[in-house]
Amino acid sequence: MTKEEIIRPENKVYSRPELLTDNYTHYCPGCSHGVVHKIIAELIAEMGLTDITIGIAPVGCAVFAYNYIDVDWIEAPHGRAPALATAASRLNPDRMVFTYQGDGDLAAIGTAETIHAANRGENITIVFINNAIYGMTGGQMAPTTLLGMKTATTPYGRRADLNGYPLPISNILATLDGTCYVTRQAVHTAAAVRKAKSAIKKAFENTLAKRGTSVVEIVSTCNSGWKMTPAQSNEWMVEHMFEKYPLGDLKTQKDPSL
Amino acid sequence: MEEVRLMKGNEAIAHAAIRYGCDGYFGYPITPQSEVLETLAELKPWETTGMVVLQAESELAAINMVLGGAATGKAVMTSSSSPGVSLKQEGISYLAASELPALIVNVMRGGPGLGTIQPSQGDYFQATKGGGHGDYHLIVLSPATVQEMTDFVGLGFDLAFKYRTPAMILADGVVGQMMEKVVLPEQRPRRTDEEVRRQCPWAACGRGGRDHRNVVTSLELDSAKMEVNNHRFQETYRRIEENEVRYQEYFTDDAEYLIVAFGSVARICLKAIEDARAAGIKIGLLRPITLWPFPSRRIAELAPRMRGILTVELNAGQMVEDVRLAAPGVDVFHFGRMGGMVPNPVEVLDALKQHFTELQ
Repeated sequence: MTKEEIIRPENKVYSRPELLTDNYTHYCPGCSHGVVHKIIAELIAEMGLTDITIGIAPVGCAVFAYNYIDVDWIEAPHGRAPALATAASRLNPDRMVFTYQGDGDLAAIGTAETIHAANRGENITIVFINNAIYGMTGGQMAPTTLLGMKTATTPYGRRADLNGYPLPISNILATLDGTCYVTRQAVHTAAAVRKAKSAIKKAFENTLAKRGTSVVEIVSTCNSGWKMTPAQSNEWMVEHMFEKYPLGDLKTQKDPSL
Repeated sequence: MEEVRLMKGNEAIAHAAIRYGCDGYFGYPITPQSEVLETLAELKPWETTGMVVLQAESELAAINMVLGGAATGKAVMTSSSSPGVSLKQEGISYLAASELPALIVNVMRGGPGLGTIQPSQGDYFQATKGGGHGDYHLIVLSPATVQEMTDFVGLGFDLAFKYRTPAMILADGVVGQMMEKVVLPEQRPRRTDEEVRRQCPWAACGRGGRDHRNVVTSLELDSAKMEVNNHRFQETYRRIEENEVRYQEYFTDDAEYLIVAFGSVARICLKAIEDARAAGIKIGLLRPITLWPFPSRRIAELAPRMRGILTVELNAGQMVEDVRLAAPGVDVFHFGRMGGMVPNPVEVLDALKQHFTELQ
């Protein structure tokens, strides 16, 4: 069989999503961001949302998300993405507005914006990358950093008496009347990637149907910040992160009595 | 159609926003400007023009809602008072750096800190010199009447869209709280989505068939490119300085002394000047309407004819620095009340006589 015989449309099993741009990403090899970007790019195209999507990029490692996914983007100040998304969505009710935020952005500096956007039930999707560390600034403690975990600002490990406890923000968001869907996923195996993709799809569908705020937390790795190989990071995540941040749905619909 | 009403300056802002065809207002309660959001909530424009009105969880959230809305090409605004406007500085800097039109209203109260709820002009420096981080300016409009509170909503939006930069109405608490007769403009329709896309081809409002994505960002890590961006901002500011200086003059033709005052204080000074003229003292008044761009050129023209200049402000002496820069070689003094105190015309004349002893 020649190369030409193999390269035929009917034999195609996989290709780069059309909405992923040609730009090199600045993500470290092994980082979860690339996989989540790919899922989102695939979904926007598959769901026919290219013309109506507005993404809100955070401050953090995903600050340049707008260079990688070929839809309209607004770059928000640190933590404020849900506030920007609130206005973008209310002023353009026929668009699909989503934010893409890390743990420091969403659960530390932007806690108020996150909780109040979710509590108002804004028709937006929040994609939340939880890798328990500030990757972009060099591996400092995040609100979701596990107890005992070493970071640049907890070099001897996070201590509850000094630094407080890891913040399970998605659990808090699931208690709010404004959220219609809160789920925790991961992208460390092919099966997990498929599940994460269905979760984000469900979130986008909720946003289009104006059901309220959807939150998809992706428990992620930061092998550079964690100072491990990508493979070790995945193992460490399964072993330690999933205990504090167990995968699964935290809420699948709004309280029907509301 | 036009309508004549009696109302507070803050209420006038709300009415004018709706009638201008504003797309969205995002605010947070703070005295002495809470009537803006209250009036909007009472008027329910979402049922008529479709304007979005939202009480945010903080001033920080409100200005970032303005940032998000402006980035989609919408005509959006917020209002607050001094401590709240300090919180908004983050978003204002991002608006300027992202080259977005927006309208911010500051009904100033006495500071610093929590200060007082009484009137002040203590935020002149903050408003005219940038306010947040980085090199930028706002177009700063200073209303002296409830009518100007009304008119400057439209003017502020028009200038903001013309130059793609945020504009601020810098009102003192007096103008926000006092009631006056006002002529409300005719209701304009809000722009359609097609009109927004035509007027704002840069807007990140969904590609809508566009062959490329729009990105609204203030980030540029390449220093050489960031310097180019800064040069572009500065070029915009030079064009604004060239074309948009606004001021009003009273009795400057034969004046021997000049008072420079803005906002409600200019009206107090006008009364002082009329009293002085009755006593044979020839004083003129220059009231800057745009605090940035500042009417430096006009002050420089008038200054050589003056025996002295006095600025009267509700602060410790802020605008006086710009007047001194515009009038080298002329004695420029400042008279101010602070902490929410407002001078009366007699105090203004006394201050003038104290600095210019030949008048005593």
